[in-house]
Amino acid sequence: MSAETLLLTILLLPLVGAAGIIITRHNPDVREGVTLLSSALIAILVIVLATRFFDGEVFALTLIEPLPGIAIAFEIEALGMLFALVAGILWVVTSIYAIGYMRGHHEKNQTRFFAAFAVSIAATMGIAFSANLITLFFFYELLTLATYPLVTHAGTAEAKRGGRVYLGILLGTSIGLFLLGILVTWTLTGRVDFQAGGILSGHIDPAWAGLLYALFLFGIGKAAVMPFHRWLPAAMVAPTPVSALLHAVAVVKAGVFTLLKVSIYIFGGEFILSNDITGGLIWVAAATILIASLVAMTKDNLKARLAYSTVSQLSYIVLGAMLASKAGLIGASVHIAMHAFAKITLFFAAGAILVASHKKRVSELNGLGRAMPITFVAFFIGTLSIIGLPPFGGMWGKWYLGLGAVEAGQLLLLAVLMISSLLNIIYLLPIPIRAFFSKPESGEHYTEIAEAPKSMLLAMVLTSSACVILFFYPDPFYRLAGLAAGGY
Amino acid sequence: MGSHISLLLVVVPLIAAPVVAILPRGRLPWAVAFMVAALCAVLAGMQLWAVLHEGAISYELGGWAPPWGIEYRIDAVNAFVALIVAAIAAITLPYALLSSEREIPEEKIPLFYSAMLLCLTGLLGITQTGDIFNVFVFLEISSLASYALISLGRDRQALTSAYQYLIMGTIGATFYLIGVGLIYSQTGSLNMQDLATILPDVLHLKTVETGFAFIMIGVALKLALFPLHLWLPNAYTYAPSVVTVFLAATATKVAVYLMLRILGMVFPQGFALTTPAEELFIVAGITGIIIASVYAIYQKNVKRLLAYSSVAQVGYMVLGIGFASVTGVTATLVHLFNHALMKGALFMAVGAIIYRTGACRMEQIHGLGRTMPWTFGAIVIGGLSLVGVPGTAGFISKWYLVTAALEQGAWISVAVILSGSLLAVVYVGKLIEALYFKPMTDTGNAVGEAPMLLLVPTWVLVLANLYFGLDTDLTVGVAEKAVAIIAGMES
Repeated sequence: MSAETLLLTILLLPLVGAAGIIITRHNPDVREGVTLLSSALIAILVIVLATRFFDGEVFALTLIEPLPGIAIAFEIEALGMLFALVAGILWVVTSIYAIGYMRGHHEKNQTRFFAAFAVSIAATMGIAFSANLITLFFFYELLTLATYPLVTHAGTAEAKRGGRVYLGILLGTSIGLFLLGILVTWTLTGRVDFQAGGILSGHIDPAWAGLLYALFLFGIGKAAVMPFHRWLPAAMVAPTPVSALLHAVAVVKAGVFTLLKVSIYIFGGEFILSNDITGGLIWVAAATILIASLVAMTKDNLKARLAYSTVSQLSYIVLGAMLASKAGLIGASVHIAMHAFAKITLFFAAGAILVASHKKRVSELNGLGRAMPITFVAFFIGTLSIIGLPPFGGMWGKWYLGLGAVEAGQLLLLAVLMISSLLNIIYLLPIPIRAFFSKPESGEHYTEIAEAPKSMLLAMVLTSSACVILFFYPDPFYRLAGLAAGGY
Repeated sequence: MGSHISLLLVVVPLIAAPVVAILPRGRLPWAVAFMVAALCAVLAGMQLWAVLHEGAISYELGGWAPPWGIEYRIDAVNAFVALIVAAIAAITLPYALLSSEREIPEEKIPLFYSAMLLCLTGLLGITQTGDIFNVFVFLEISSLASYALISLGRDRQALTSAYQYLIMGTIGATFYLIGVGLIYSQTGSLNMQDLATILPDVLHLKTVETGFAFIMIGVALKLALFPLHLWLPNAYTYAPSVVTVFLAATATKVAVYLMLRILGMVFPQGFALTTPAEELFIVAGITGIIIASVYAIYQKNVKRLLAYSSVAQVGYMVLGIGFASVTGVTATLVHLFNHALMKGALFMAVGAIIYRTGACRMEQIHGLGRTMPWTFGAIVIGGLSLVGVPGTAGFISKWYLVTAALEQGAWISVAVILSGSLLAVVYVGKLIEALYFKPMTDTGNAVGEAPMLLLVPTWVLVLANLYFGLDTDLTVGVAEKAVAIIAGMES
């Protein structure tokens, strides 16, 4: 397959899958077959693409050029490859999980669910492979719109309210600030393409560059930097597979990915570092890390706690993007992958608990570990990886981020990272401990509760093992991160 | 044949109108009207092609040489607008067949199509002519026809709305005529090109300045520029669905064109900058965008919601004029075209709902999105285009408009344009929520999808919204050419 065809196939396949899902809606087994088939194909194609990328093959594709200088164009560079690899591999795992979940939980409108899910993946791939800000913005908005029916899936008043917050914040920030940032960039430089070393240097007074960076930082609402983080907890009304893949991996990572792209390819690490553009803004990320961790401690609802944990972890990546040093950028990029595998495990477990026992609150989980050992072991592994302990993949992201903070001489930032790790321990670790060691309050033993459906267990086992494997073998992601960070 | 196209564009619908009026009831009047509109669209397309490839067309009516005789002068600017008008008419008329049978008394159908053709004649005439008095004549033809069309609406309020529009429209036309008279008294000419050479010498005269002001106010009334928009929401709300589609997509667009033509090509470049006009445009544009958008959010009637949105969109176009830059005027012309597409699609989709349910109040349309998925899809895509989501035509408009504002460092305008988009998110969101997420109100009669004859024209416009979001050769290409003409870089 030629490079262009491969790229185009990856972009279009999920859409074909969505169409197939709608066509086969009257036969759920065939419909789920379509989901599995297209997600498995995507995973394979993304891996093939990655190997060919490592072999030094160059991929670029311009689809159309609506306005002179502004094209819908795709290319593959290291960071996008990393993001696509994470999203592509995790989609197939999530599909396995989702089928068990949707059936086990007796959800309605499953066709709409799987179709919108596939469109969201197409949008995610579009974001990963965008060659310029306009293409990226197009798929960014498409992702928001495609995930909206997933957020409001339940159709309840709460879901509608959540959907309104979701759409309001994501569209509001993207149109009001992100688009403005793109337009300012265009007006200043006459271009919007991603270029190694950045395009802004020499076109903007460094004193104003901080303001422009702020437009991107807050405009990319998907990165959930405070105060624009509220949509993420609101999105937790969605079915758990959505929270797992989209609101722990695809959507939120699309946000921080975009911010990294802006840092590396629009501003340029050199330009940010030499002019101290993000010197003040970096504390917004630091504050988000700490405040979100503190809020997570107060949440009894398991998914809400995980959501705030995600908000906090996202700002690690944002912080790395703003440090803009080589170690900082590597840490941020690696953390995209590591956090994805760990957090999706946690959400998978939360969904399994919901399906098997209909429990949503942390305080109800006492003693449940013995009834659902696999689920809670997976949860435990995910927790340790999030905290950043060896031998789990999550360590690498934090390691390089810490290194970046030290390099920059920002010892206070290093302290923030340390404190946050402690907070992670405080709000996550008690959950598996409760489940295994506490007695249920009512004194009953959960004899009637068994593990969730097998497909869900399989998904959890896969992602939690990945957390371990990635500690010993982070190489593909690390190499990609290194390439991206070395891009200036 | 060549230049006769320009005359035929006006004469064909003009002659067809009385013919249609005396045709027997049934579907014959519709068939004739449709063929005429389709012919006009083809002619307008040929005209634009000829202008782009062979340069401006000058057609002397009756062989009388200008400036004494009436001259039709066609360049890229008006050929473009004429194509919009004729194409929208050709797309609207297939839609009209079923919709008007449902909403208009049977005995008035031939008269209805006759009035539609007259309205088309007037609008095309305004774009074709190169004579400022002749503009007035066509303005009145189109206005009188639209008063009649609006009054055909089902509700009794249609009559008062038509009357309100009649009063406001007449004031506007009168102002325009007074302005023309004042300018004629100082220049002795009505031909636009002729005026363009005479006016620079007499600009210092107060009479000319007063005439300019009268013309601008008169045209601003016709294009429903805030705060002169009061006639528009009622007229759009109570008119029959087809009429709303047609007027929303064409009438205000032609008025915007007229304003551009007089500002940029009759009066010399930069004259408006010496008057308060440009500042007024920016102020009126900004306040119009914000206030009309906020009004739209609180509307209980779907058509009125879209009507207020139209007032806001006019604000965008006038804002582009107010920037008085190449990018600004390009934005105006591009938005002129794109807004015709989006509002046409949206009003058609709402018309389909009215066709099925007879209802257009928010609480009556609950849950209809699920039973009318194609209509709902049209509203979603049209709405996204209105918001300016990338991949839709609306994005291209917004892009140019914000770029124009950034060029001038007009930060308030930038903020207003983007907030306008956000307000559009809110009112489009309300519409979608009502259509899809609210439980259906009366479960008694199941509502089906609209008939093909309504859906196909709607989706033609919907797909055009997507197409022109990706391929801007026609829109931006022609707009840039047109702006070059207005800016005097090319003739």
